[in-house]
Amino acid sequence: MADELLSAPHVLEYDYRRSLGEVLSRFFTGLRDRKILGVKTNAGRVLVPPSEYDPESGDATSDDWVEVGPGGVVKSWAWVNEPLGRHLLDHPFAFALIQLDGADTALTHAVDAGSEASMRTGMRVTARFADDTIGAIGDIVAFVPEEGS
Amino acid sequence: MSDKEPVKSIITPTRTEYTYTPGPSAQRSLRALARGKLVGEICPSCNQVYYPPSGACARCGVATRDEVEVADKGTVTTYAIVRVPSENIDLELPYCTAHILLDGADIPFFGLIQECEWDAVRIGMRVEAVWKPESEWGLNAENIRYFRPTGEPDVPFEQFKEHL
Amino acid sequence: MRDVAIASFAQTKYVRNQVELTEVDMIIPVIGDAISRSGIPKSEIGFYCHGSSDYMAGQSFAFVGAVDALGAFPPIAESHVEMDGAWALYEAWVKIQCGEVDSALVFGFGRASMGKLRETMNLQLDPYTLGPLGIDSISLAALQARALIDAGKTSERQMAEIAIRNRRVAKDNPNAQVTGDFEVEKLLAEPTIVSPLRKHDCPPISDGISAVVLAAGNHIGRGESKPVFIRGIDHRLDSHQLGGRDLTRSPSTKLAGERAGVHDGPVEFAELHAPFSHQEVILREALGLGDEVVINPSGGALAANPMMTAGLTRIGEAATHIAAGKAGRGVAHATSGPCLQQNLICVLEGE
Repeated sequence: MADELLSAPHVLEYDYRRSLGEVLSRFFTGLRDRKILGVKTNAGRVLVPPSEYDPESGDATSDDWVEVGPGGVVKSWAWVNEPLGRHLLDHPFAFALIQLDGADTALTHAVDAGSEASMRTGMRVTARFADDTIGAIGDIVAFVPEEGS
Repeated sequence: MSDKEPVKSIITPTRTEYTYTPGPSAQRSLRALARGKLVGEICPSCNQVYYPPSGACARCGVATRDEVEVADKGTVTTYAIVRVPSENIDLELPYCTAHILLDGADIPFFGLIQECEWDAVRIGMRVEAVWKPESEWGLNAENIRYFRPTGEPDVPFEQFKEHL
Repeated sequence: MRDVAIASFAQTKYVRNQVELTEVDMIIPVIGDAISRSGIPKSEIGFYCHGSSDYMAGQSFAFVGAVDALGAFPPIAESHVEMDGAWALYEAWVKIQCGEVDSALVFGFGRASMGKLRETMNLQLDPYTLGPLGIDSISLAALQARALIDAGKTSERQMAEIAIRNRRVAKDNPNAQVTGDFEVEKLLAEPTIVSPLRKHDCPPISDGISAVVLAAGNHIGRGESKPVFIRGIDHRLDSHQLGGRDLTRSPSTKLAGERAGVHDGPVEFAELHAPFSHQEVILREALGLGDEVVINPSGGALAANPMMTAGLTRIGEAATHIAAGKAGRGVAHATSGPCLQQNLICVLEGE
């Protein structure tokens, strides 16, 4: 067939409202108040982000909550040269696994470090909150290298 | 700690973008539609005529190939009365949508019924396509604005009961 | 346990952008080929199961459209998993083990080219703390690769060598998409996409279909090629919270491998579904595969990675390798989820 191939754009777009449950409600309420909260497992490990269960045992986590961070250590990182449309930052940045001070697990988030050369595993970073917080993971705009580190 | 209510839910927007291509059967059919023709395809195994053609006979699981033109009029096999408004649809409520067995096709085609009271629509009713002006025809199903009654006698259910 | 054999395997050639055909157009000839080579008449196929993701097509219930390819009248017994086709094979295997049927057609399909794959893959993530970051499939894999490099378990050079080996071997695979001879120094001179990953560390975006026919009872041995038996199959998963996992290990692969009996006999080769180069290192360690084990005779997922069926293709390629007499016993692996979250192990053996 000589006919040119037909094509058409298609966009799938939904805004889901998701119930949080008690554990994530507490975590996101904390973020709205500019605090990062972790939950303790029965074994005493602090999970950030928190979950309803201990992934190691499957047991329910405790009612014992602690504030962690806002500083922490980069456990792994990936430098994004060309951000995609849905990334939180529109200039080059790192995704990183960040173990916040007082936590035993790592939170995945962005690090706004300026350049790849500024990034290294083990570096200290701290949370930069949005001017207006709403109770969402994006209330932390990004982590930034801690001054003096 | 603030005295505000705890956060009970979050809104998570999702957006994904795609580029669709129609496949050879739908492509041929859309090009025919842009010329004012309804071109379906025949199953080489069971001889059923599909409009619009998807390229396959779902009954036999084989590719359809040979093209055949079907009429732009047919018989209502079932219908629904819509009483709820919807974004993107600018029609006076209530309105009637129907499955229409086009003459020459073996499966019904989805269409809107207009130029008739909604409560006058019935199974077996004969309807015909009302096209946009030819100058506005494009590569899409909107070339047919809607279907309207032809005034022909109703078709007995027995004659289309295998084509629901 | 009943003996269950892979009776036949069929697949498309994998391409970057199959724009001319619909999924159904692509599926009909492949499953027709698989059924015909199985020697089992279509009317005697007891069960159909396939794997796909509606987000690949951007349409809810897109998977139902694939049933148009099956000839579902009179009504057939049919099921679907929103997973790689390897998990559809597992479901079919369970159904056969239950004694409900003696044969099954399993397939998987994906046309990732329709959407923006890196962004589409975000939709499989935890939607509360991970998804809203917009994190994409390559960034996720890069976090894992960095952790592995930092742990001293691999290097960017070794990762490039893995990509080179897979794509060199894939020259003998007529269905592979990215093949050829590459030089390590040239690859390492390329820029990163998401550091530390370069283009060669990432799988191609592939459109394609693959299908397997399973046979038990009297159906075994009716096909064109020798039956290849599933001696063990198991699947396990790790936490969806990346920060709660040690990304340098794959406990789920290890456990699935043990339960499937990987080392109950000699492992001559393995088809590993490692879409990213460094993941081959993690899988080899989890499965305890030494240097004597041939990895990916087909070229693996770095040569073609049809979403939702690359895992099933590993099983089919492994069975084909054994049926052709090139090996007696081997392992096939399939993965799903971010950073090797979910893993399936299938141990295959000839007669």
